[in-house]
Amino acid sequence: MPLLEVRDLQVRFSTRGKTVYAVNGISFDLDPGDTLGIVGESGCGKSVSSLAMLGILPKPAGRVHGGQVVFDGEDLLTLPDERLRHIRGNDIAMVFQDPMTSLNPVLTVSRQLTEALRTHLDLGKKEAAAEAASLLDRVGIPDARQRLRDYPHQFSGGMRQRVGITMAIACRPKVLIADEPTTALDVTIQAQILELLRTLVREEGMALILVTHDLGVVAGICERTHVMYAGRFVETAPTGELFANPRHPYTVGLLKSVPRLDAARKQRLDPIGGAPRDQTSEPTACAFAPRCAYASTESWEQLPVLRELDGATGPAAHRVACWNPVPEQDLVAAGIRQAPTGRQTGDQPDEERQA
Amino acid sequence: MTDTQPVDTATRQDTDLVRVEDLKVYFPSNDGLIFGRKGNDIRAVDGVSFTIRRGETLGLVGESGCGKTTVGRTLLRLYDPTAGRILFDGNDIASLSGRNLRRLRRRMQMVFQDPYSSLNPRQNVANIVSEPLRVHGLAKGSEADRRVHELLDIVGLPAAAANRYPHEFSGGQRQRIGLARSLAVNPDLIVADEPVSALDVSIQAQVINLLEDLQNDLGLTYLFIAHDLAVVRHISDRIAVMYLGTIVEVAPADELYARPLHPYTKALLSAVPIPDPAVEASRERIILTGDLPSPANPPSGCRFHTRCPYRQPTRCDDEEPALRELASGHTAACHWAEDIDSGTIQPRQDAVAAPLGGHSGDAAARPVA
Ligand SMILES: Nc1ncnc2c1ncn2[C@@H]1O[C@H](COP(=O)(O)OP(=O)(O)OP(=O)(O)O)[C@@H](O)[C@H]1O
Ligand SMILES: Nc1ncnc2c1ncn2[C@@H]1O[C@H](COP(=O)(O)OP(=O)(O)O)[C@@H](O)[C@H]1O
Ligand code: SF4
Ligand SMILES: [Mg+2]
Ligand SMILES: [Mg+2]
Repeated sequence: MPLLEVRDLQVRFSTRGKTVYAVNGISFDLDPGDTLGIVGESGCGKSVSSLAMLGILPKPAGRVHGGQVVFDGEDLLTLPDERLRHIRGNDIAMVFQDPMTSLNPVLTVSRQLTEALRTHLDLGKKEAAAEAASLLDRVGIPDARQRLRDYPHQFSGGMRQRVGITMAIACRPKVLIADEPTTALDVTIQAQILELLRTLVREEGMALILVTHDLGVVAGICERTHVMYAGRFVETAPTGELFANPRHPYTVGLLKSVPRLDAARKQRLDPIGGAPRDQTSEPTACAFAPRCAYASTESWEQLPVLRELDGATGPAAHRVACWNPVPEQDLVAAGIRQAPTGRQTGDQPDEERQA
Repeated sequence: MTDTQPVDTATRQDTDLVRVEDLKVYFPSNDGLIFGRKGNDIRAVDGVSFTIRRGETLGLVGESGCGKTTVGRTLLRLYDPTAGRILFDGNDIASLSGRNLRRLRRRMQMVFQDPYSSLNPRQNVANIVSEPLRVHGLAKGSEADRRVHELLDIVGLPAAAANRYPHEFSGGQRQRIGLARSLAVNPDLIVADEPVSALDVSIQAQVINLLEDLQNDLGLTYLFIAHDLAVVRHISDRIAVMYLGTIVEVAPADELYARPLHPYTKALLSAVPIPDPAVEASRERIILTGDLPSPANPPSGCRFHTRCPYRQPTRCDDEEPALRELASGHTAACHWAEDIDSGTIQPRQDAVAAPLGGHSGDAAARPVA
């Protein structure tokens, strides 16, 4: 049984008579030590999914419309508040884009950390203080002991995010959900924070769900990646496979539209036309059809579900929700894959599957 | 850009449209109020020199707070320089006032990062786009209407957009409205301050292509400010890298990426995540420690010495490095650039993160393209 099992999660918002269909049935499993990326554009439902899993949707507008989030045998969506709060403090923790979300501006960092440690880990005052200092040290805050006396606003953005991560990992959660943890930071500071997350996952055996809009960020840290569009997963695969052999037109579109530092400069970028779907109606067909060059009658009429590509299952599975997955020669034309005559491309996905 | 207009660019580029000489922009500090002592001035821009050639795109990159926006705003004289000179088409903008300043200002326009707050929510698009025409007394009435439709067409918006309000548009469309507005007065120079940073990736490419088309069609000159290095490299002819109020390196776009000469540029480039797990798994990265120091109290000598993985026991701490030309059109401000480039000086080991290796098995097995 996986550590966390999300099944057909659906979330809607109702405001002023309008309904926003934010998350429209997502499913995934998470095992201890897994690193899972969720990528997609603004508004596609990444944050709402995370908040719903933890039972912290903004009330009363947001509500879970259906599905299950099973953690250690319990469905989090039906648990009493108190039990859920316990799990949130101890087993599943969250890091936000804006670390101030999880920090109290009027309490010193020491106070917040030691309180969390004392309530959740049942430590005495002295032990908690020592543990707090060692945690800050662990996340790379220089002069940890001294900085404990500071208030959150006295830290820089990068340091504040380190403190946010410290708060999240203080109780050694089994699952860490990080929602755009580096989006507000400069690249050099982002690199520090990603390095820290990598180390924590490796050394603490935590499972990580990393939510981001940045394909580069998932490429460096996640084993498996889900691509999200209009509240649904449209493609999911081991990260290496996803980037080398993307098959959903949206994934391919994303990869084609970003300029890359490590490739020759392109004359012109290939944008995805149109704009993201406004989610005020329930999707009954492929939500990407209006922007898709491959759309067929089916795309406009029927909702595509995630289907295994080439029959691979288990951890190697590559699934695509598309009536017309991008053909290989188009990937070659787009420079994403080499021509099949080359030595690498053709057989490589198979090697991966055995791994 | 390796575009196909050699004659045109050659004749255009032999003069500089903008020439900035030892520009300094200081802001009074508020620190004094909080910590009970008089703070130093914030040296947002502290001795910056560069030129922008006619028709080119100069990219300006660097971490937040390093002074990019301040440079851009001072070019347009939205801030007054504390010291130094800015020549626009040969005119010293600091010495102008009244009608002359207005006339010059018409030739420089700004496009902002935030397509939400930069448009007046109570004005319809026609009014927003035509406002500069009215301010400069260039057109009114039906002539202005005609110009608005022309501008909307140029930026790829339907004519019907004219009667609608900003909140009815997406971020990318709002950025187009902002562009139409800045083009209304036929400017020569556009300072684009993070014009695509707030947009989704799929939309960013649309706006970047539009900026490039407009430049080709209208002969615009751009100062393109952004923190996304891949985007900057795509759009720029040359790139200037800023650190803590100074320029540390300037080079043609491709050259900067192929052969960065300043340690800060090296670190910046190596920190950019590449959307390819195989590349991510195999490359060495320089991880800078610490944060950007305060611009109110910049480090002595080389401003980067507190974080520099190549810092040497001599000169770095106490001698300010000048921008030196190290290759044709390629300048850098580091005392040790040659030795670092040749490999004689290596970075401190603890600053180099080992390649990630096979975080996902499959990625590591794949040869790097
Ligand atoms: N409090 C709310 N009230 C109404 N609608 C909401 C609310 N919060 C989110 N939504 C809607 O739910 C959908 C998903 O939002 P969500 O915040 O999950 O997007 P996201 O993928 O995290 O985007 P971003 O990359 O911008 O963070 C969007 O259509 C959004 O407008
Ligand atoms: N109007 C202002 N008053 C005081 N300080 C400012 C002002 N504008 C910018 N600064 C400071 O000047 C420095 C450079 O800022 P800015 O040019 O906005 O940087 P960037 O655009 O590179 O992020 C920062 O330390 C910033 O806080
Ligand atoms: S001058 Fe010294 S500290 Fe500055 S960048 Fe060069 S090596 Fe580093
Ligand atoms: Mg979000
Ligand atoms: Mg700025």
